[in-house]
Amino acid sequence: MHDPTLPLTPDTDAGTSLWRDAFHRLRRNHLAMVGLVLLSIIVILSIVGPWFSAHTFDAQDRDNRLASPSARHWFGTDHLGRDVFVRVLTGGRVSIQVGLAATAVSLLIGVVYGAVAGFQGGRLDNGMMRIVDILYTLPFTIVAIILVTYFGRSLLLVFIAIGAVEWLTMARIVRGQVQSLKEKEFVEAAMAMGLPWRRILFRHLIPNALGPIIVYTTLTIPRVMLLEAFLSYLGLGVQAPMSSWGTLIKEGVAVMEEYPWLLIFPGVALSATLFSLNFLGDGLRDALDPRSSKD
Amino acid sequence: MGRFILRRLATFIPILLVIVTLTFFLVRLAPGGPFASERAVSEEALRQIEAHYNLDAPLWRQYVDYVAGLLRGDLGPSLKRPSRTVAEWIWIKFPVSLELGLYALIVAIGIGLPAGILAAWRPNTWTDYLPMSLSMGGICIPNFVLGPLLVLFFAVRLEWLPVALWETPSDKILPALTLGAMYAAYIARLTRTGLLDTLTQDFIRTARAKGLSEARVVLRHGLRGALQPVVAFLGPAAAGMLTGSFVVEDIFRVPGLGTEFINAALNRDYTMILGAVLVFAVLILVFNLVVDLIQAWLDPRLRHA
Amino acid sequence: MAICRVQCKPVPVAATLMMVWIGIVLFGCGTRGFDDQDAILHVGNGAEPQDLDPHLVTGVPESRILSALFEGLTDVDPRTLEPIPGAAESWSVSDDGTVYTFTLRPDGRWSNGDPVTAHDFAYAWRRILTPALGAEYAYMLFCIKNARPFHEGDLEDFDEVGVRVIDDHTLEVTLENPTPYFLSMQIHYTWFPVHQPTIEAFGEMDHRGTRWTRAGNHVGNGPFKLDRWEPDRVIAVSHNPAYWNAAATGLEGVWFYPIDNALTEELLFRQGRLHLTENVPVDKIEVYQRDTPEVIRIDPYLGTYYFRLNVTRPPLDNPKVRRALGLALDRDDLVRNVVRAGREPAFFYTPPDTAGYTSEARMPYDPDKARELLAEAGYPDGQGLPPIELLYNTSENHRMVAEAVQAMWDETLNVRVTLTNQEWKVYLNSMQQLDYGIARSGWIGDFVDPINFLECFTTGNGNNRTGFSSPEFDALIEEARRTVDPEARLEFLQEAEHILMEEAPIIPVYFYTRTYLQSPEIEGLAANPLGYIAFHKLGLRDRPRTLAARE
Repeated sequence: MHDPTLPLTPDTDAGTSLWRDAFHRLRRNHLAMVGLVLLSIIVILSIVGPWFSAHTFDAQDRDNRLASPSARHWFGTDHLGRDVFVRVLTGGRVSIQVGLAATAVSLLIGVVYGAVAGFQGGRLDNGMMRIVDILYTLPFTIVAIILVTYFGRSLLLVFIAIGAVEWLTMARIVRGQVQSLKEKEFVEAAMAMGLPWRRILFRHLIPNALGPIIVYTTLTIPRVMLLEAFLSYLGLGVQAPMSSWGTLIKEGVAVMEEYPWLLIFPGVALSATLFSLNFLGDGLRDALDPRSSKD
Repeated sequence: MGRFILRRLATFIPILLVIVTLTFFLVRLAPGGPFASERAVSEEALRQIEAHYNLDAPLWRQYVDYVAGLLRGDLGPSLKRPSRTVAEWIWIKFPVSLELGLYALIVAIGIGLPAGILAAWRPNTWTDYLPMSLSMGGICIPNFVLGPLLVLFFAVRLEWLPVALWETPSDKILPALTLGAMYAAYIARLTRTGLLDTLTQDFIRTARAKGLSEARVVLRHGLRGALQPVVAFLGPAAAGMLTGSFVVEDIFRVPGLGTEFINAALNRDYTMILGAVLVFAVLILVFNLVVDLIQAWLDPRLRHA
Repeated sequence: MAICRVQCKPVPVAATLMMVWIGIVLFGCGTRGFDDQDAILHVGNGAEPQDLDPHLVTGVPESRILSALFEGLTDVDPRTLEPIPGAAESWSVSDDGTVYTFTLRPDGRWSNGDPVTAHDFAYAWRRILTPALGAEYAYMLFCIKNARPFHEGDLEDFDEVGVRVIDDHTLEVTLENPTPYFLSMQIHYTWFPVHQPTIEAFGEMDHRGTRWTRAGNHVGNGPFKLDRWEPDRVIAVSHNPAYWNAAATGLEGVWFYPIDNALTEELLFRQGRLHLTENVPVDKIEVYQRDTPEVIRIDPYLGTYYFRLNVTRPPLDNPKVRRALGLALDRDDLVRNVVRAGREPAFFYTPPDTAGYTSEARMPYDPDKARELLAEAGYPDGQGLPPIELLYNTSENHRMVAEAVQAMWDETLNVRVTLTNQEWKVYLNSMQQLDYGIARSGWIGDFVDPINFLECFTTGNGNNRTGFSSPEFDALIEEARRTVDPEARLEFLQEAEHILMEEAPIIPVYFYTRTYLQSPEIEGLAANPLGYIAFHKLGLRDRPRTLAARE
């Protein structure tokens, strides 16, 4: 039988050792480590790569446009003769920023909101969930247009706009998890011990709901990165000639029969990032799982 | 249970009213009205059109009139497509989106659920990696890339399927696959995690220790708990699928509500936006109610909560 | 492992599912292509029409369909755009060029069999001008005497408007000014007649959006009649036997497919489901030119792509800065490498050879002169010039043009430009409010005459949107309006365009072309700068109209 007191000893040392254990377990997970290394390479390359290239993301060589990949232009050139390699790297800066920041915003709001609603239950829960329902239905296109009209174009606004819609499903998922977890023995035990509800929620309930949270987070990142491309259609986000993976891919799709490299390279970059984030996410989930320590 | 449903249904009216109110005023904040055009229109004509659609009245008055119309079941005329009323447009477009959404839902659940269960069956073996890699593919490849790729392969290269339009049964395969693929991938991943989580839990061990059959353990107890996050995700996702996707409808020229909604927003067709939001809102409310009911059924302890 | 017994189930389930899908896929074969027997033309037609009421619509997709369903007083030769008899079999013009007398065909019929009379035209024009209808394009009729005051509510009595029904088949039209393009303008849908009993069977004359335009209700006087209107699927029109020249119509029908997405449209054409497309993606043009040049068409189009400069905002309030920017634009490079699609560089504003008019003013590519002007304006080598904002509405083409222009101005003038894209309505709003620095714009001619292009930039004109105001320019346009003698008239316009190019409130970039795909089966399709398609003069090779075959 599971010992309900084990993971919730009110001793701070246990908290740190839990994290240390988790890190140790993560280190042993090869796939997760591959993900971490790959992700680091992509991030570092996006940041420093453009400095070491002979080209810049906006230098045009119009007579040499739409050149296929070569030694000079590793990923070929685009419609204006710009180097696709550098453009993919600089695009990565935008997409990774948006992907992580907007997901973090949605994660933060979604988890706290959902957990509180699920834990408190009753009328508060009902009210909070109806607010979520209302926010689901607001026309996002209009909201984005209004945001850019009244606050101008900025990357920060993109984080807010995306974070503000993406937390809703997260909140519903977390709420469902917390609702079912709070009926469990170890939570009842914690309550019986008179622990404050915030502590129960954040130390015991959320860590136990981490699986779906992490998986849904890794699912949110690609959505967010692609949503950014739609927002740039509405005039929100990065300004041309800068671009992101989302906008590069969108451009590439239209010409995939004629100039496939315009789709393949940004597409591969995006996929590689998402794969590594995903492996890392799975690894984290396994490592942080309070139950896995006994297995 | 009956009382619970009734209580929730009773909340629909005030919630819909809040949604209508918010949307009504929100759309007016967006710059450029429905009749702003590239070619200058004479001020007189503009004034007359606005008078025709009651857009010259004070905003509060327009709001009161609109809500009064709603209560009579009148969604008003479409401002940008005057040939039909908003109700008629919805009546024409919504069934198409519903049909496409239904096929996509079948794709999503029909592929996602078995794939997730298969992956959780033996974690970290190839029966796990294969479906999970495929599902990562489904997530990494956005639908505006997947659609054209499928078209290029199945319609242009192999010439098995039509490239677009929405007439014959074969027209409907590619749009349904394109729309359903991403959701299938989500469901697969959420199912796998949920199942892995549940199968290590104590009540499963208890059940096994009691000597219940494995099928009973997994299907009655395991899957029930595992489906919690899937169901929570499916509620809004299903509402989204059934009200149409702009991208898929645009690629395959499906005459659905998704394109109508985005175009209405871009055209500032105020009444059309409100009509589409209402449809979406009703679906969201209904589906989230259904989700809560399913969640309660999946987790017997919640029933009396 | 024990779980296996249960968990193996999904495998057969998944396999069955796959089989079902493969079955559907195989079953789905061979349902494509159209029936080869019928002489029906399948046309990609851009956006879904707003309506099929010629007085309420404003777009190109509607104009295609309406020109098949209705016929104005005159028709035009699709090649030369010269007026030829339409609903009127003949006409005469007074010596001062302001009074036109039309004689209608005795055998003109509506699609329900009623005769087409002069009353129908008078009724239609009264309807579109009636203020309460709120017709956005009513201004197209402002060349008629007193039409404007009537539309603006200053004149109550339609009898004072220059439209007089002499008898059932004679219509007299009095114009404000001699209007050389009056006859050829009649192919624009705003001038089409409407059938009074039909309109009034479904509502008042000035009601918008009544059901008279539905299939089954719709009555027109054109070569085709409305059969089916399935929104966002298809609009099908078929041969109208009541049409006076019905025997000459070569097609059994035309099916208009509303398809916004040019990529989808091209694929449908490739799969043989369309005979004619509205557009073709730029990058596909080169492929078609290489592989199947017989299906790709690039026609000149009466339109100019240009930049508006906000002359109320420094530093663009200085004409030297504006002209310097214009001279620093390498349009040949832009057209060859960026815009492509056979577009022509625009060194002046009105498209060349518009009704015999080609501008003599020039805004050439002259980087040295540009630098000189910029220095004269007080910004040698771009020193001290604040960054200028270049606004465009979201589109791949506009973005690429803007990016290239940004680079050009940076290279030649050392001028910094920031790019801003806005969604369409927001962009329109910014132009309206003069809330921009430079904005990409375009003008497509409503009718073939230079005045249609030039009069946009008179003081206070709703299409001006640059803040530009020149009394001299206004006076020249007004003179041109009054002048009867064609040569003298064009001379005034030449001078006006000269001012426009020197003052440079706009910078022309290129002249549009219409690029589309056309099946080699289509016969009789003529190129013209209005993109006007005379569907009643088209045919499909080896596919005679079955009705004609029976006759």
